[in-house]
Amino acid sequence: MALFDLRLQDVHNKLNNKELSVSELVSASYARIAETEPAIKAFISLNEENARLQASELDKLLQEGGERGLLFGLPAGIKDNIVTEGLLTTCASQFLSNYNPIYDATAVRKLKAAQSVTIGKLNMDEFAMGGSNENSSFYPTRNPWNTEYVPGGSSGGSAASVAAGQVYFSLGSDTGGSIRQPAAYCGIVGLKPTYGLVSRFGLVAFASSLDQIGPLTKNVEDSAYVLQAIAGYDAGDSTSANVDIPDYTSALTGDVKGLRIGVPKEYLGEGIDPRVKEAVLKALAVYESLGATWEEVSLPHTEYAIATYYLLASSEASSNLARFDGVRYGVRADNPSNLIDLYRKSRSHGFGPEVKRRIMLGTYALSSGYYDAYYLKAQKVRTLIKQDFDQVFSQYDLIIGPTAPTPAFRIGEQVGDPLTMYLNDICTIPVSLAGIPAISIPCGSAEGLPIGLQIIGKPFDESTVLRAAHAFEQNTEHHKQRPQL
Amino acid sequence: MSITTKDVEHVANLARLELSDSEKSQFTEQLNAILKYAEKLNSLDTDNVEPTSHVLPITNVMREDEERPSLPIEKVLLNAPDEEDGQIKVPAVLE
Repeated sequence: MALFDLRLQDVHNKLNNKELSVSELVSASYARIAETEPAIKAFISLNEENARLQASELDKLLQEGGERGLLFGLPAGIKDNIVTEGLLTTCASQFLSNYNPIYDATAVRKLKAAQSVTIGKLNMDEFAMGGSNENSSFYPTRNPWNTEYVPGGSSGGSAASVAAGQVYFSLGSDTGGSIRQPAAYCGIVGLKPTYGLVSRFGLVAFASSLDQIGPLTKNVEDSAYVLQAIAGYDAGDSTSANVDIPDYTSALTGDVKGLRIGVPKEYLGEGIDPRVKEAVLKALAVYESLGATWEEVSLPHTEYAIATYYLLASSEASSNLARFDGVRYGVRADNPSNLIDLYRKSRSHGFGPEVKRRIMLGTYALSSGYYDAYYLKAQKVRTLIKQDFDQVFSQYDLIIGPTAPTPAFRIGEQVGDPLTMYLNDICTIPVSLAGIPAISIPCGSAEGLPIGLQIIGKPFDESTVLRAAHAFEQNTEHHKQRPQL
Repeated sequence: MSITTKDVEHVANLARLELSDSEKSQFTEQLNAILKYAEKLNSLDTDNVEPTSHVLPITNVMREDEERPSLPIEKVLLNAPDEEDGQIKVPAVLE
């Protein structure tokens, strides 16, 4: 595992000096998976044969001294809702349990160009709906820090595999906190980029106006490298932003002097575990000691964010998931009496309870007579939530608070109570609705379970987010803690 | 606004879902709880607020209308549950 604790630069130096080969990196990944997977269950499928072949090819390239990609030789895990040509992509759903994509997502194509090695596909809540990985229709992933606890979700496999040292980095997707919250629960770094920065082409859509792909890594510098590799305009995604991509690693100066930080009182109030609050306040003291300043601010519409999110995301999901009808791909139900029956039976057998619940909620919110009361109302409140952030960012460079109100909870503890489960996302959902970038980094622990600090930035200002996260890391030891497995 | 089992059946039909009796009663209860929670949005005055469907100022993204190759049929059919003569096969639409 120690191999995957090295910084990207150190791994590449070792490769250059022939102290290490890509084949050794890939072997280390599969060895660690063999050792830890029975307890963690982070993967849905492995890509071992191809990965080993690719490793030998990259080693040959290394011998020849050819030009190398940004993520050369690094073992990567991919969340199972990001399509990979010729490699099963299930979205952790029975419906897609046999789905073998015929093309790569743009983010995957970019990883290939950067020459990382795809180790396998990672477990998640079915269709990314959930915050605990308990909604995977195969098996729940477990938290490497304590396997009785959830790893968070929906990118739970992506977070657990990095925390357990099974892969060097992973890709996840974030709709309402699905990268940041599992990163917090598993004690690693998870970045949700600005909406539109990373192409969604080939990301199986959950809520199209919110979904965003991002990296999960062990440190901030590696997060910047992976973001560099996957960011950029893509004509295949009509919501892809055509903006200049800065050099993210050059932003990591360690200097946060003069940075103005706003700390929303709503993120440290009622419902926030006192241990989480204490860890966040300690982190703010670190920033103060480095020359930044912080003040309490208000995001007054925070309390409306969860209701807004569940109406909007479920509405978009009910529309997006209409494509799963059993006609062109996926598992088709046996013996349908007619075409409508084929749709109905295939969907009813293929979808799990949370997916059905959200399709039902979304269909209701969009149905005739209720559209204005629910969907349109939520879109208007979304505007108010976004304006809260605009207001604060007119006076501050960053917003800092907790990623999640509590550390990870026990497996089974919140099953059957969807509303309580939804409240875990109170600090991440408003950020998603505003479409702005945010990172979660480790900032403490409670009874052996990690706590995440959320750093939120202005649209397309990932550089400042990464700079602040990196400066904290340089001055603390939290990111060096590893679970005992 | 409270929803009944009948509403749940209506919505399930719209969503092309077939629900068991226990699913129907569970969803009736849970959707009522979620919608009751969502009613808090009504306490906000949004009369003069524009809706946000999307955070980026992008509208009507167009590309040149140029001919491009489609995916090869053999590849498209790889995931089809049933096929015949290069086409995806489904049960009769009209009986």
